[in-house]
Amino acid sequence: MIRLTDAPFDPGALLTDFTRGRTETGAVATFTGIARAEAGATTVLELEAYPGFTEAEIGRIAEAARARFGLHDLAILHRVGRIGPGEPIVFVATAASHRRAAFEACDFLMDYLKSKAPFWKKEHGPDGERWIEPTAQDHADRERWR
Amino acid sequence: MARVLLFGPLRDLAGWRERDIAAASVSALRALLASEDADLGAALDGKGVQVAVDQAVVRGDVALSATSEVAFLPPMSGG
Repeated sequence: MIRLTDAPFDPGALLTDFTRGRTETGAVATFTGIARAEAGATTVLELEAYPGFTEAEIGRIAEAARARFGLHDLAILHRVGRIGPGEPIVFVATAASHRRAAFEACDFLMDYLKSKAPFWKKEHGPDGERWIEPTAQDHADRERWR
Repeated sequence: MARVLLFGPLRDLAGWRERDIAAASVSALRALLASEDADLGAALDGKGVQVAVDQAVVRGDVALSATSEVAFLPPMSGG
């Protein structure tokens, strides 16, 4: 499942759905990213995607993760639109036979999503608004998987 | 008329997000947009700006049809 949504979501409910009915999986790892307030500097995060294109690009990396880590399944839900501090932005779940593959695939997918995925991100705060680019750390994190 | 889409900072710079514009090719479209708005024209040629036609990234010039969707994609920020 790869989906974008402009509505708040419940990571617990997503995990319950993702885990249900698996008898051979052995390991499910998840990551939930949450919008930070940055001590009041960010009042709203605005995420823009290119509907269709963004899901397709994420899908290509998801297929790479499936093959590389031997995943049984994965789920990615990403918020778009305006997101307030404390709200989940992204949920990633990976299912594999054993824990190492599930953990690593989750890490791999997040490093891609944070640095290369087709989103454009703007922070709104008391000092105005600004477009955000990936940090050097985000790029370095993705380089680990080469 | 091709449907032209701008994302991220390009949308803010141009002051529009989506327009229908008659152009026979991506290069003709670039020239038309630059003639209307020189700042936008320069930004579209900027480093890291990719072009997608019908949701596939293209390089160089590409012919457009009346139903083409052309998206200018500034460097992606990740989520």
